Amino acid sequence: MKRSKVDAKPMGVPTVVDIKMQLHYRVALHYVSGSCPSIRNILLLDSEGNRVAVKYYSDDWLTNSAKEAFEKALFSKTQKTNARTEAEIAMFENHIIVYKFVQDLHFFVTGAEGENELILVTVLQGFFDAVGLLLRGTVEKKEALENLDLILLCLDEIVDGGIILETDASAIAGKVASHSVYEAAPLSEQTITHALATAREHLARSLLK
Amino acid sequence: MVYVMIKELSPSADEVIIVTSSLMKDMTSKTDMYRANAIRVLCRITDGTLLTQIERYLKQAIVDKNPVVASAALVSGIHLLQTNPEIVKRWSNEVQEAVQSRAALVQFHALALLHQVRQNDRLAVNKLVSSLTRGSVRSPIAQCLLIRYTSQVIRESANNTQTGDRPFYDFLEGCLRHKAEMVIFEAARAITELNGVTSRELTPAITVLQLFLSSFKPVLRFAAVRTLNKVAMTHPMAVTNCNIDMESLISDQNRSIATLAITTLLKTGNESSVDRLMKQITNFMSDIADEFKIVVVEAIRSLCLKFPLKHRSLMNFLSNILREEGGFEYKKAIVDSIVILIRDIPEAKETGLLHLCEFIEDCEFTYLSTQILHFLGIEGPKTSDPSKYIRYIYNRMHLENATVWAGAVSTLAKFGAMVDGLKPHVFVLLRRCLFDTDEVRDRATLYLNTLGGDGAVVETGADVKEFLFGSLDIPLMNLENSLKNYEPSEKPFDISSVPKEVKIQPLAEKKAPGKKPTGLGAPPPSPSSTVDAYEKLLSSIPEFANFGKLFKSSPPVELTEAETEYAVNVVKHIFDGHVVFQYNCTNTIPEQLLENVIVIVDASEAEEFAEVASKPLRSLPYDSPGQTFVAFQKPDGVPAVGKFSNMLRFIVKEVDPSTGVAEDDGVEDEYQLEDLEVVAADYMLKVGVSNFRNAWESMGADFERVDEYGLGPRDSLAEAVNAVVDLLGMQPCEGTEVVSPNSRSHTCLLSGVYIGNVKVLVRLQFGLDGPKDVAMKLAVRSEDETVSDAIHEIVASG
Repeated sequence: MKRSKVDAKPMGVPTVVDIKMQLHYRVALHYVSGSCPSIRNILLLDSEGNRVAVKYYSDDWLTNSAKEAFEKALFSKTQKTNARTEAEIAMFENHIIVYKFVQDLHFFVTGAEGENELILVTVLQGFFDAVGLLLRGTVEKKEALENLDLILLCLDEIVDGGIILETDASAIAGKVASHSVYEAAPLSEQTITHALATAREHLARSLLK
Repeated sequence: MVYVMIKELSPSADEVIIVTSSLMKDMTSKTDMYRANAIRVLCRITDGTLLTQIERYLKQAIVDKNPVVASAALVSGIHLLQTNPEIVKRWSNEVQEAVQSRAALVQFHALALLHQVRQNDRLAVNKLVSSLTRGSVRSPIAQCLLIRYTSQVIRESANNTQTGDRPFYDFLEGCLRHKAEMVIFEAARAITELNGVTSRELTPAITVLQLFLSSFKPVLRFAAVRTLNKVAMTHPMAVTNCNIDMESLISDQNRSIATLAITTLLKTGNESSVDRLMKQITNFMSDIADEFKIVVVEAIRSLCLKFPLKHRSLMNFLSNILREEGGFEYKKAIVDSIVILIRDIPEAKETGLLHLCEFIEDCEFTYLSTQILHFLGIEGPKTSDPSKYIRYIYNRMHLENATVWAGAVSTLAKFGAMVDGLKPHVFVLLRRCLFDTDEVRDRATLYLNTLGGDGAVVETGADVKEFLFGSLDIPLMNLENSLKNYEPSEKPFDISSVPKEVKIQPLAEKKAPGKKPTGLGAPPPSPSSTVDAYEKLLSSIPEFANFGKLFKSSPPVELTEAETEYAVNVVKHIFDGHVVFQYNCTNTIPEQLLENVIVIVDASEAEEFAEVASKPLRSLPYDSPGQTFVAFQKPDGVPAVGKFSNMLRFIVKEVDPSTGVAEDDGVEDEYQLEDLEVVAADYMLKVGVSNFRNAWESMGADFERVDEYGLGPRDSLAEAVNAVVDLLGMQPCEGTEVVSPNSRSHTCLLSGVYIGNVKVLVRLQFGLDGPKDVAMKLAVRSEDETVSDAIHEIVASG
């Protein structure tokens, strides 16, 4: 950020820096206010900052290297804080990030600077608890990696393209679970089986005629 | 899972017909999960035609009993609004129904979609908000959304009613008592952001935020303190009740919260609490990172300006932290703050300067040392006892590095120049430097000679001071370029010939006319050049060589529309007694080669101009730009104006595109171009000044002309300001060309150089007289009264 020598104004009048900060916040708020709360990314990193599962919903990070740089920087900034009992919050590169740690996993949710922080925390909590339900209580990296498909489905059910779909952990877990029941028979097979079944039916009927 | 895969791959609809048809089948399947996900995926990969096919299913899905399906359809609708708004708008009825749904999140999504669809219709949004604020909104997140829309409605209905209560304010206040914290916070924040909010309206919101400050959840504390920080900028009195809670936050584990708390306290503190605050901050500064420290330093600076009597303790604090470890930006911020305090609080000058001197004793940043030395040179001589500082400055000359030595010598000389009593001492010191290294020796010699090193204690001449210590208005780049172009000759280098404007576009190569194009990689049609390039070009043409110095070249003006066969733009070069039009032509037809290209200019509407010379363009092949010139004589020094109509005349020869060989015979042809005007603004160079007030004062009122004009009805104040600035063709200074919206008056400061090298400064004051009429007061100062009169002429006739 550049600082410039400014002619000081008489007391009571905000200085240029105040106005800049205020403008920045106001612009961010104006962009947000009157618009749907949107999530910029959800990250699940391990205790060394490597990715377990991530999903980006914003154009702020277009290339993979930009994303990785962000993750690395964010991780090192929040590494030393204690976010195990309560969700913590930080401002970083014009984003608001809420985060929570458990065992060797770090959960992050990022939003715009003017976003309502409590909405972000609700999303974080929903994600956190849903993962807890899905991994049946053992929330640690090994378990997460073994059930990566569940985690990815979970991410998909929480936010769609930046818009919040669901924040209740049991509802999320329920949706993911119902997916995995049908997981054995993937989509195309299903329709093909159905087609085959219809064909068999037709054949049987024509034979019987 | 497959759905997630398809979404990630997101192919376009025509590539994957099979996938889309399976998905469409899934949309009508019995399993709800499949329906929901199929909708989401399809909407991600669909295009307009496919969308119309599935529209029926989507409409059904929106009002489906299963909330998952309905949400999926609504969210997809929100995304589709970006690409196919008309289709989504047809679903308004279904979406309206969905807003009444019992399922919490369906209502949320439906509300979001409906608002987006009706965003531009203020009345519809108003109706939506009124109906929902009276009804029940089931999920907290939908309530937050409603609060945001309500604030938008309040903002747009800017007229406060007679009773002083805003519409919907009661709704917002009611939300402060909601069950969910996010709603309470959203409402509190919305109230603090209302335009022109009064303390009475703020009080309930601030009470709520104060409760959050002592929550055990860091997120709540952060949200509350950030909002309060913002409020403190405009209503510090309202936040003072929270001071005690905020003081406990200074030691918060989360450093962002702590910094925000400190800066808020610095804004809302009163004089008595300043000392206590300073003590707490000193402990705090060592814990936080540089970026936070800079924020705190800025806040301390504003605090000191608010309470100038406390400057001693605050200045001590600043110099203490200056001595500690820190990065360049951080120390620079501190130095800047000290400098500002010295400038604005006269009592703090002595102590401040001494602190700075102590700092440069072991400052590791050369830039800061030189800045401080320079500053000492300006402020030091004005103090009661300048000799104190000489020791510090002289020490710099033998330690540190070359840049600092140079700065130190200059500063020393300045002391000598300004303070006559010190002159002999300064000369002694300067003479000692004559045996030193290059930078020091050369400068010392210069100063000794110009300041009269014969030991006489006389008043230094004003022009000597100006020569030595006046600021250089010329950008360094231009000076460098001019020096490079200067060929050693009898005539000495003239510094006033260096152009003062900074041209951002780099010098582009010009192809000599007659060269065949180098294939598809040919350069763009009209190269943009700096003033130097134009000068070189014009002086290389013998007919124009004796026109004298080029005063100004206008930017290229298009004389043809885009996509025409021949693209022509013109650059107007203004000399003292002549005007040269440079026509940059490009031939965009590969099968043609143009030769003997000239422009016939009809100057019947420009009586003061007489054509004297023209230079045709020998050959203009495809895609290779070339120039042709026409020169006019005009009365010397008079800013003549006129309108010129142009016709391009040439011989066109057919070219065989495969071989590139032109035929021998050609046909003469003409091509009409647009008209071209020479206006008064062409005679004005846009030259900015960095400090308008100083320039205004130093110009003197001898040739000042003031007059008032009514500009008649205008679209807006901004439009009137822009029109006058364009008419005069001068450079707006200090950002005064930006008119703040909803303001009823505006002052614009302009500066420029008029033909004849006359500096002109203009102060315009605009006012809205009645609803649309704009009145303007024009004050002109220049070095020549005819010029001032001329400026008024321009405005009067424009």
